Amino acid sequence: MELVKPAFGLTFWMVLGFLIVLFLLTKFAWKPILKALHERENSIEDALNAAKKAKAEIEGLKSDNEKLLAEAKQERDQILKEARITKDNIINEARNKATAEADRLLALAREGIHNEKMAAITDLKNQVALLSVEIAEKVMKQQLANDDKQKALVADLLKDVKMN
Amino acid sequence: MRMKKSPILLLLVFMTIPALMNAQDSVVVNHSEAEVGLDKFDPGKMIIDHISDAHSWHLWGHTEIPLPVIVYSKDRGLSVFSSSHFEHGHKTYNGYMLNEANKIVAVNELEETDAHSATINEQITEGIYDISITKNVISLTVSIILLLLIFGSVAKAYKARPNQAPKGLQSWMEPLILFVRDDIAKSSIGPKYQKYMPYILTIFFFIWLNNLLGLIPVFPGGANLTGNIAITMSLAVMTLLVTVFSANKHYWHHVFAMPGVPVWVLIILTPIEILGVFLRPFVLMIRLFANIMAGHIIALSFVALIFIFGEMHAAVGAGIGVVSLLFMVFMAMLELLVGFLQAYVFALLSAIYIGAAVEEHDHDTHDYDAHVEEALIV
Repeated sequence: MELVKPAFGLTFWMVLGFLIVLFLLTKFAWKPILKALHERENSIEDALNAAKKAKAEIEGLKSDNEKLLAEAKQERDQILKEARITKDNIINEARNKATAEADRLLALAREGIHNEKMAAITDLKNQVALLSVEIAEKVMKQQLANDDKQKALVADLLKDVKMN
Repeated sequence: MRMKKSPILLLLVFMTIPALMNAQDSVVVNHSEAEVGLDKFDPGKMIIDHISDAHSWHLWGHTEIPLPVIVYSKDRGLSVFSSSHFEHGHKTYNGYMLNEANKIVAVNELEETDAHSATINEQITEGIYDISITKNVISLTVSIILLLLIFGSVAKAYKARPNQAPKGLQSWMEPLILFVRDDIAKSSIGPKYQKYMPYILTIFFFIWLNNLLGLIPVFPGGANLTGNIAITMSLAVMTLLVTVFSANKHYWHHVFAMPGVPVWVLIILTPIEILGVFLRPFVLMIRLFANIMAGHIIALSFVALIFIFGEMHAAVGAGIGVVSLLFMVFMAMLELLVGFLQAYVFALLSAIYIGAAVEEHDHDTHDYDAHVEEALIV
């Protein structure tokens, strides 16, 4: 069978041609192509990794921002709280001061009033004394207008004196 | 993927039309020759003529390209001349002629004479080296030029646009190259695959391109290159050589003294293993040869059917022609698949054989070195 007998000439050209094509393709096609594919795969992987890193960085920034915001909020609350305390303190202090002042003024007023009252009482006493003297004078004058009454009075007074 | 399939189908349709025209033309030639010599159309001869190598390339009708004959003989030296001098085996030239199988044989008559009256010189015929540029050599050259053009331009595209998405021809070839790299070489050979990538890629694309060229019935396609035993033998021998020369000590250890097997079993096993080393490439050779040749024979058989029935009656021939045409379209589609599949199988099995030869880990002995080597690879 000629079909299953390898022809020498064709085998010769095949081996020669195949080795040439293998050499040329290896040198000018397969190596550059495989290298380019490898490089591209690497660059894609690098790009993906860089993207992942950037994403992580953004996440970090975001959490930093959140942290800052939380801190700011806390600080604000703190400040507000302090302000509230200060305000309360001021109000209380003012109130205390006012109370004290009022008490002081009241005491002063009370003292003043007392003094005035005492002065008035003294004055009144003096007036009453004067009035009493005048009244007594007038009463004396009236009662001692006639002799009988003068004698009666003297007798009365002498009764009291007796002999002590 | 869907987009890529349609141009192939379109190509197939265009291919099938001239296939019929060409096949009919050739049959007409055979038929007219038959009228001169024999009196009936011989389908067997027609098919064998079409799948065999030839010293001229038949185009259509009586038009053909004569190809150069290069013959070296120790006695007569080198002779180079056009095959047209043989006049299809009817004439001798320079002391040579074509026999019935279209092979060059030496004759005693050195001057040009009629082939039928010439006497074959068996002694000189034994010692001639026929390195003629045959139909298959032309087809081989065409495929080599195509491979260089296609992958040269693809390589250029990679250099021109580094780290960018593939474009044009590059984007057609890239999935195939990646397929060969990832699904054939990397998975079968293992970590050392890079060294064998050029070989695996070359055999894959060489076989596939030639299978496809064999399906195109018009010049310069249609030669039965990958269905020729010389071609598949050369490819298989190269796989054998690559395997043998890259095999490490573990491989030979497995072949000559399978670890963990009793000595008396080794007496039987070792010859089988040694035979296996040669049997594997031998099967590679037969598989590709038989598959592609069978595809050509089936396509030609459907053409032959038309003419066998046409000899009975023209109308029967025409009726069978329609049926044959449908079968040929179906077969052409099947052959497109087979063409790819055989290239894939050849490349995959070559990769598996190389992978077995360079595999570092020894499954049976579990020695310290193997573990260290494995650790280094990982």
